[in-house]
Amino acid sequence: MTAVELPSDAESAVATPEFEAAAIRQESRRGFLLALPSYSYLVLFFAVPLVIVVVYSFATRNRFGGTDLSGWNLASYARLSEPIVRDILFRSLWLALLTTLICLVIAYPFAYYLATRTPVVRNLMLVFVMIPFWTNFLVRNYAWRVILGNDGPFTDVTEAVGLGERELLFSKTAVVLGLVYSFLPFMILPLYAAIERIDKRLLEASRDLYASGWQSFRKVLLPLSMPGVIAGSILVFVPSLGAYVTPDILGGSKTTLLGSYIVTQFLTARNWPFGAALSFVLMAVMLTTTVVYFRKGGRTL
Amino acid sequence: MTAAVEITGITKRFGDVVAVDNIDLTIADGEFFALLGPSGCGKTTTLRMIAGLEFPTQGSLKIFGDEVGTLPPNKRPVNTVFQNYALFPHLNALDNVAFGLKMQGVKKSTAYSRALETIDLVQLSGMDTRKPSELSGGQQQRVALARALVNQPKVLLLDEPLGALDLKLRQEMQGELKNLQQNLGVSFVFVTHDQEEALTMSDRMAVMNEGKLLQVGTPEEIYEHPANRFVADFIGQTNLLEGRVVDAETVCLSNGARVTGFSDHPVGTEVAVSVRPERVRLGPRGESRPSETEVDGTAVDGATVDAATVDGAAVDGATVDAATVDGARVDGEVESITYLGNARVYRVRFDWMVIEVREENRPGATLHEPGTPVSVSWDPSAVSVVAD
Repeated sequence: MTAVELPSDAESAVATPEFEAAAIRQESRRGFLLALPSYSYLVLFFAVPLVIVVVYSFATRNRFGGTDLSGWNLASYARLSEPIVRDILFRSLWLALLTTLICLVIAYPFAYYLATRTPVVRNLMLVFVMIPFWTNFLVRNYAWRVILGNDGPFTDVTEAVGLGERELLFSKTAVVLGLVYSFLPFMILPLYAAIERIDKRLLEASRDLYASGWQSFRKVLLPLSMPGVIAGSILVFVPSLGAYVTPDILGGSKTTLLGSYIVTQFLTARNWPFGAALSFVLMAVMLTTTVVYFRKGGRTL
Repeated sequence: MTAAVEITGITKRFGDVVAVDNIDLTIADGEFFALLGPSGCGKTTTLRMIAGLEFPTQGSLKIFGDEVGTLPPNKRPVNTVFQNYALFPHLNALDNVAFGLKMQGVKKSTAYSRALETIDLVQLSGMDTRKPSELSGGQQQRVALARALVNQPKVLLLDEPLGALDLKLRQEMQGELKNLQQNLGVSFVFVTHDQEEALTMSDRMAVMNEGKLLQVGTPEEIYEHPANRFVADFIGQTNLLEGRVVDAETVCLSNGARVTGFSDHPVGTEVAVSVRPERVRLGPRGESRPSETEVDGTAVDGATVDAATVDGAAVDGATVDAATVDGARVDGEVESITYLGNARVYRVRFDWMVIEVREENRPGATLHEPGTPVSVSWDPSAVSVVAD
């Protein structure tokens, strides 16, 4: 730490309330300066576009596919109750929920396994978890198209085990499969961090107090790892709900999800106000989920 | 009577490391038993094997006659008070205490009422709704104790339970634990690295080092008759004077001086004479000495010493009588004094050896300033001759 600059009388060596106040002020100023780059970035490229989206959602689409920033109305929000929009909304919610649950069930045992290994094995396996990020997201999704598609490895396997030629591509199953694949690391990492922090002697204590392995998990490990469960679930649920690439590549036209529907509004239907309204509602849903989940988690901890 | 815990030929290896090396140990019912040793000696591993948190590599482990060596912890009639307590941070004190009963399928209302009773027993009444983080170290310790005791274990295992408490609280808890154990009549097996704690609390204790069991006995047996050099050194303070056995009652120290020391080690065995600082008397040089014939401040008295054989150390033939009275006596000089409040510890140098002498700080006790020539003596029955 560098010495704090004295406000006025530099020769004074005796501490004064003024000196202390100046020191505290300088400390908070330093903190603000450090955060300034990210503050400016967020305001410029996050807050401003967000405001634009909100403003557009109240605007009117004109006959030529443009947007008139006049005649403010709620027409776009009214359209949300249309059956087709509702179906898409619920389908998206359901698939995102399913993806989150599957990720949780797969990731939890793995994260526990990881957290109980030696540091060397741990780090090695964490690298394995992160390897997929080194390849482009789009490319990886296209790879799944090859795996699941006609004459792909998947159909080869179903044929080999006598299930006949099954095709998964362009189905909800394929979308969930792809989403789980894409977002699994986001579940593993926070779970691992949470479980790793738990004192393993607490599990020993529970076993000593007559808990079976399952009770030990249910009554001690799970409640204590709740912060990881919550963080991981949000990190998976939120991007799954708004996913565009995976449903588009693996889901085909039969399973339109919210992400693709919004893109359609902006690019094909050229109804920017409606697209903006959908985006805003999606964001509101995510925000609510997050807040509720955190609150709930906060209470049980 | 069946032993509470009976360990026969237990060995525990972690890879190449032998943590516990072929130990035999029997702990009686209703006994306060301390497992004592430096860190890494295998005492905690032994406790964990009794608890079922580690499985022995080899050997037999019985609790009240039943072989339990391969049973998981939840199938054993023992409970543990963990080091640093390992309280469940997400549960309040009451739920922590009721945990074991609930896991055993005890009805909720019964579990809670028994948990409350036990919380009263450990004097934590009114604290039952607090989370562990809202309790002080001493209170957490009591919750940990209650959490184990509420299950009415046949043997209570305690892993350094007082290690995290400050001195005052530790002494208080020592007394309370001892009382509790006597009232409940349950065997307590207590792991500690604090020899004083082991001495004051236990009915019997075992001293371990490097995975081996060195000595088992009452605190008095172990303090008075240490089995070997390590035990003598580890339990309490002692002066270890290196030497060699001359005959059944004499040891020749490495400076050539001979002192009385009874042992059954073969002649020529390298041994140490262990003299407790509080067993040593300190007096001004020459006092109670019939003659003053020493040459260079290194006088040694010994009934069997031939004056000609001792080089550099004048042997005072006239003190033969004194030797039979005082047992052993050396002359030296006070090098330094450590003030302990209730006592003073003098470091007395003679030749290259240093003997620590502890004198109680009684009114009128003579203060020997550093540099004072003094004479150090002790009773031969007060020393033990120990080999490695």
